[in-house]
Order: sequence, then C-alpha cells, then structure tokens
Amino acid sequence: MEPSSSEYKKLLKKAERLAYLAAICLFISIGLLYLRVYDPNLNFLNASNKDLVEIVDEDLIVDGIHIRTGFVEDDGLMTVVNNCTTCHSSKLVIQNRMNTDRWNATIKWMQQTQNLWELGPNQKIIVDYLVKNYPPIKKGRRASLTNLNWYELKE
Amino acid sequence: MERRKFIKKASLTSLAALIGTEIVFGSNMLKDYKPLALQENDPFKLFNLDNEMVILNDKPWNIEAKAHLLNDNITPNSKMFIRNNGVIPEDINEKTWTLTIDGESVKNKKTYTLNELKSKFKQHTYQLTLECGGNGRSEFDPPAKGNQWTVGAVSCATWTGVRLKDVLEDVGIKNDAVYIGYNAADTHLSGDATKEPISRGAPMRKALEDETLIAFKMNGKKIPISHGFPLRLVAGGWPASVSGKWINRISVRNKEHDGTKMTGTAYRVPKNPVSPGEKVKDEDMKIIESMPVKSLITSPQSGAIIKKGAALKINGHAWAGDLQVSKMEYSIDFGSTWTQCEINKPVNRLAWQHFNATINFPKVGYYEIWARATDSNNMAQPMLLPGWNPKGYLNNACHRIAVKVK
Repeated sequence: MEPSSSEYKKLLKKAERLAYLAAICLFISIGLLYLRVYDPNLNFLNASNKDLVEIVDEDLIVDGIHIRTGFVEDDGLMTVVNNCTTCHSSKLVIQNRMNTDRWNATIKWMQQTQNLWELGPNQKIIVDYLVKNYPPIKKGRRASLTNLNWYELKE
Repeated sequence: MERRKFIKKASLTSLAALIGTEIVFGSNMLKDYKPLALQENDPFKLFNLDNEMVILNDKPWNIEAKAHLLNDNITPNSKMFIRNNGVIPEDINEKTWTLTIDGESVKNKKTYTLNELKSKFKQHTYQLTLECGGNGRSEFDPPAKGNQWTVGAVSCATWTGVRLKDVLEDVGIKNDAVYIGYNAADTHLSGDATKEPISRGAPMRKALEDETLIAFKMNGKKIPISHGFPLRLVAGGWPASVSGKWINRISVRNKEHDGTKMTGTAYRVPKNPVSPGEKVKDEDMKIIESMPVKSLITSPQSGAIIKKGAALKINGHAWAGDLQVSKMEYSIDFGSTWTQCEINKPVNRLAWQHFNATINFPKVGYYEIWARATDSNNMAQPMLLPGWNPKGYLNNACHRIAVKVK
C-alpha cells in the first residue's frame, strides 16, 4: 500500500533529522581528529588570546617597508628577500649602493667565493630592484655634516 | 655559551617560564629547537654594548661606535667596534682549547694548550690600536662595497698575552719563513664547513715585533666572545683583520699567506693611484700593511651649542699605524689656519695618543672644528677624501665636529 502524503512527509522529516545528526557527528570527529594531531593535550582549552605566542607575519609590509628585512616594497622584493638574506643580513644589502655592473659583479663574486647559487632569470629581477631602490648617491670629495643633533653644552 | 646548553636541556615548563608565557603547541617542537623568542639576538644584551652603538650588520655582526663614545683613553668592551666575517663559534671550552703552530717554515709542528701558553711564556700587556681597514668607507664616491663604516671602527684596548715571537722561537722556525697566517674557529655564513670566513696574517717582520701578541685578556679580563675568546692574535697598527679572533692555528709560511681574504682585492689597495670608480686588476693591488695617520675628536659630541665668549675644551685620540703621531692641530676656519693641540706620547708603541686644546671663537655663528694629525714621517691627514680605491679602505680624512656659538 502506498503511504499517505502525511506519512510521506513524516518519513521525509525523519530522514532529514538523520542527515543533520550525521553531519554533526562528522564535524565533531574531524574536530577531535584535528586535536589529536595538533593539540593532543587540549591546550586550546587553556589558551586565552594574551597567552598566545605572537606570530610574526613574515610578509608584513608597513608604509612601503617589508618589516622583517627593512627592504623597500617594489617589484622583485620577495625574490631579493629569498635569494639575498639566506647567508647574510638584509642590512648588508641596504647599506650598499651600486650600479647594474657592480651588483652583477658582486653577485658573480658571491657565486665564486661565497656559495651563492645560480640565480637564472631572478638575477635581472634582483639587480633591477636594487639599482632602482638603492642607487648610488653622489657624495663628492667631502660631504656636508648632516643629521646634527644640536644640544646646549653645559659649563 | 652556557646559556645555550641550558636552554637545550630545559623542559617545556621552564622554557615557558623563561618566555613568560605558555608555548602553545609546545609539545610539537623538535627536541633541540630553540624558540625564536629565546634565540638571543639583541646585540646590546648579547655583547654588553653601550646603547648608542650602531648596528651595521647582524649576520655577520658588524657594529661600530660613534666618535663621542670613544672618549675613554682605554676603550671599554661596551664601546668597542665588532667586525665579524663569519659566525661566532659556539661551545668554546677554554680547558681543551689548543693553538697549533705549523706550516712549511716550522722545524716541527707544535701544539699548546691555553695553560701551557700562559705558564711557559712571559706575559706582556700593551694598549694596542685596532682599526678596521674599511673604517670611513661610507664616504667614498663612487661608493665602495662592504659594511659602510663611518668613523667608529677603531679601538685602543689593553691586551695581555704572550709574544708571538717567543712562541715561534720555542717552536723553531726556518730561515725561509716569509709570512704567518692564522686559522680560527668561526664558521662560514653559508654553513659550508669547508670554507673559512677569514684567514689572514702578516709578514715575519710584523709577526716578530714585541707588541704582536697571542692574547687571552682584554682590559684585564677574559676576552669577550665577540672579540675572540679565548685566544686572539693582536697586531696593533695594522688592519684589524690581521688580529684574528678565536684562533686555533698559526702557520709559518714560506710564501705570502694565501688564506681567505688574503688574495684578490680583500684588504688590498691599488699599487698606483687610480681615478674614482676605475676598475683595477687583482695583480695591480697590494696588501694593506700599516694603517695611515688618523685622529678623532671624542669630546664634545658634534652639535654643541656654546655661549659667546666661552672657551671650548676639545679632546680626542690620534694614531699612526706603526708610527707615532708627532703633531696634532685643529682648525675652526676650514683649514685656512691651524693651531697646535697638546698631544701625549703613546703609553707604549702602537697605542693611540691623547690630545686636547682650548678654543676661543671670534664671533657668534656656525663653526666646524677640523682635527689633523701628522705622523713621524711628516705625513698628515688630508682634509678631502684620500685616493679612491675599489674596496673603500684607508679613509683617513680629517674628522670634524659642528659647533654653534650663540
């Protein structure tokens, strides 16, 4: 015998509830599995926001400066970061000022003596970035004294 | 280095206590992993530096003083420039540290423990001027490659140790000895164990000088780690790179030493003067030996404002590589006239000398006080930059400070 339409609706509702229950069970088991793998001691229960170790964003850029390295934001930034700060500090790069020829010569020197790898097409990206953002500054034979912090001398 | 070991052994609980907070996911950390928060990288704490010291480079460490920080007659550790080429060695054990003397020109290779060096040979103490060959590099135009030192890569500390010549005599050296070269425990930045960060040296005439020491004390205490603990070769008056830190081997060579940074263009200048920016072939470069005459006004700090009619006392230090400073002058009119300063004799050979003067200004206004030292061979500091060279060494141009009279 065919079920009446009201009985049919009841069955449908029952099936719907079962489906919800299954979804909730699945969600909870995924959650437990995640905790088992990543936080077996259930540390998450105790951790409030202030207890969290600060997670530093390695790619953070503020006011056009890549915070982790101090490099200027521009095309090629991450290529420079990834190739030029593995062995030495970005500070060594930033304080130097060279033209294309001399940056290329410096790269060659680092490859010959300092274990720098072949840069391939990245070399042009890196050198273009450096020459554009850290060009030589004309200083002449003796520059004026600058950045003076004037102070009243006691006595 | 003890701190490092301690951290490795520490439990997560004590790590958390050190950081001051719980380490979330701490149980997943690798056994020997040091949390970033505990990788001591504040150089001011790490090396006990004065808070005005300037960090040029943090990998490797390159740190310089400012002129006014160098006012002490004997430079304290806190104000002493640090120039490292590689990574500071870890886990140094004084008790097992040895120094081996070998090379083509020793009769027999010999190894000494630190205690043997200290007990077997007479100890000597000297104040020795160490200046980085690249001090002043930042002023060259076109710019030269490397750390852009301004004026503060110079120091004169008290060094205690045994004479290299006494040790070499004990080992026995052959007549064909030409050069000594050091090897040290620091490691290459790239992590490549087959590469040395630096291995320089000096010709026998410098090696055999009374003041060339294998030192184990600086300013009366164990040498700070940043300056070469437990053993440093100290050759005052020459580029400070000759004074190798953390040394464990000195080779007596029958030829010019060919270690890292002895060859090519490192610590070399053109044999003949070149135009600014000119390319110079390696074979046209020569090794820097004695550093040129130079001076610093260390007091007052640049930027002083004084009252009209007040006399201004200045003082500072002057040095001249292997030579002495014979005359010290200052000018307040950009070199039109020069007035002599009072200058002391050095405490010992290769120590910097102290000068002072009292200056009266004719009227209110902006002045620069320029200081000029002249060495015992009558060579004076130039007011302009000296000859350009590809690596930007030996800038001994006059130091100057700004003063306003109101």
